Amino acid sequence: MDKTINQKAWFLVLPVFAVVAFSAILPLMTVVNYSMQDTFGNNQFFWNGVGWFKELLDPSTDLGGRFLASLGRNLLFSAIILAIEVPLGIVVALSMPREGWTVAVCLVILALPLLIPWNVVGTIWQIFGRPDIGLLGYTLNSLGIDYNYVSNEFDAWATVIVMDVWHWTSLVALLCYAGLKSIPDAYYQAAQIDGASRWAVFKAIQLPKMNRVLLIAVLLRFMDSFMIYTEPFVVTGGGPGNSTTFVSIELVKIALGQFDLGKAAALSLVYNLIILIVCWVFYTVMTNAGVERPAKKGGA
Amino acid sequence: MARIDLVDLAHSYGGNAAPPESFALKPVTMTWRQGGAYALLGPSGCGKTTLLNLISGIVTPSRGKILFDGADITPLSTQKRNIAQVFQFPVIYDTMTVGQNLAFPLQNRGVPKAEVEARVKQIADLLDLTPYLGRKATRLTADAKQKISLGRGLVRSDVAAVLFDEPLTVIDPELKWQLRSKLKALHRELDLTMIYVTHDQTEALTFADTVVVMHDGRVVQSGTPAELFDKPAHTFVGYFIGSPGMNIVPAAVSGHEARVDGHTIGLHRNYGVLPAGAKIEIGVRPEFLHVAAPASGLLSATIERIDDLGRARFARVRVGDEKFSARMPPGFSVPDNMVGLVFDPAHVHVYADSRLVEGVA
Repeated sequence: MDKTINQKAWFLVLPVFAVVAFSAILPLMTVVNYSMQDTFGNNQFFWNGVGWFKELLDPSTDLGGRFLASLGRNLLFSAIILAIEVPLGIVVALSMPREGWTVAVCLVILALPLLIPWNVVGTIWQIFGRPDIGLLGYTLNSLGIDYNYVSNEFDAWATVIVMDVWHWTSLVALLCYAGLKSIPDAYYQAAQIDGASRWAVFKAIQLPKMNRVLLIAVLLRFMDSFMIYTEPFVVTGGGPGNSTTFVSIELVKIALGQFDLGKAAALSLVYNLIILIVCWVFYTVMTNAGVERPAKKGGA
Repeated sequence: MARIDLVDLAHSYGGNAAPPESFALKPVTMTWRQGGAYALLGPSGCGKTTLLNLISGIVTPSRGKILFDGADITPLSTQKRNIAQVFQFPVIYDTMTVGQNLAFPLQNRGVPKAEVEARVKQIADLLDLTPYLGRKATRLTADAKQKISLGRGLVRSDVAAVLFDEPLTVIDPELKWQLRSKLKALHRELDLTMIYVTHDQTEALTFADTVVVMHDGRVVQSGTPAELFDKPAHTFVGYFIGSPGMNIVPAAVSGHEARVDGHTIGLHRNYGVLPAGAKIEIGVRPEFLHVAAPASGLLSATIERIDDLGRARFARVRVGDEKFSARMPPGFSVPDNMVGLVFDPAHVHVYADSRLVEGVA
């Protein structure tokens, strides 16, 4: 094997390396640096070792308590919206027309919420839900339901969840619709001939054919909801109390509200690590699911 | 198991108001007896799959009726028609095992469990799928998958008919032979009415007792393989079936004689009255036409090419502007390319506007 040695290739890699260094590695290292120190402003820093990390994982401290509580809220939030958006998205996709001009209409209507900037979504729902002037809030209160997302924790959660469902179910539905469209007609015809009920068709054909897009949908929705910041911040500001303070909101409070750069840096590293681990788990699951595909193809 | 009657059945994808010539299936009336093995044979786009889908109920006819044992089932849905169908490409329920796939049509109809198991076992045995019964169906090869599709078609014992839509397209040639003879054996074993759609004449002729040849939305002939070979009712049947196909050339026919290129060919039957103004042709299969040394009584021709098919040799010859395929007797060789053509009068047919004219003996 004659390998051509060409050192000029380094010059081709160098620009990418420089960009990645400035955009990712240097900022990350800055955060790592902050996470080991404490500051009282005035650009003065003191060495603190792994102190912040110890506090972070200890619920009895202020920092640890806040972090773990917001993490718990965040996981609960992700679980709830997944439990609603995935089945709802499937139902929406199944009830969409398969051909004709109505397809385009449905697709446009579904895509609309996805096109709205996140802070605008927040603003829409913040006004929509207000008991004094909002259509939703005023109507609910007129019906005798005491609804106020500013003062009632349950109402705040309900508002944030309904908003997320409104904003993102379309994504799940569109992905599922794409999966459904890829099923050849022969499958439905065969199922008809085999006398399959509607439920049997869903279980035996549609769900198995959708499972890959569903996995992608779950991954995207989990990651996104785990990092959610803008919409709940605009609507509830994390309140009432801390009831809708998710990890990213807590992080911004510590970093920019209290200017505790060391604590915030430690928190963001752990936050980052959790996301990386979840990514890795999903990636492994997805590539393992992918291993079966080539085997099937190879056999075919 | 049922007798199937098609009564003036026609279909147009453009709706009933479409011009008659554009119909994918032009009106057809025919009867298929219970327990028969039928093949619908024709080139792509001849309407054979449309006819199959009309019978299974996937497509609703624009006109006409379909009767199963005399009962009109035209308005019934596919589920209610009691039909099994196997498609061109394997349809497999991914999450199920081979056994569950086979049992699926029975379970959906509420067949008792013991009966389902017995029937699945029987079908798996017939199709050599028994070793795979517990395996996930997705991991199998294409031909194993198609066997499962076949199995799902055959598993119900009460079906009116089993329809096959070019089921062996994805199968290797080697396995095609095996599966085809398997199907034939299954037909005898299970006593089901089977209708098999294909564009491959070998498949049709080996599988079916009755072959229905379709062309341009019409049924041009329905008969046994021997009938199609010996007495094609339409010039299309003549050249579509047989390899090489039938020689069909324009001729002037009167009485017991046909004239081609100034040469007279004797006929076995008397063709006294032929439709006026019709295009008259004669057809003769290459098997009943052979080349010989040029002689005064023979139609003289020039050899253009010789196809050696192994078991037989056929010469491509030219007479004026017309081309013929003719059998070359073993050991026959030509010094120059000039030969004479010897016709077998018993197998020369006369066609008026592409349709067979029966002569008088």
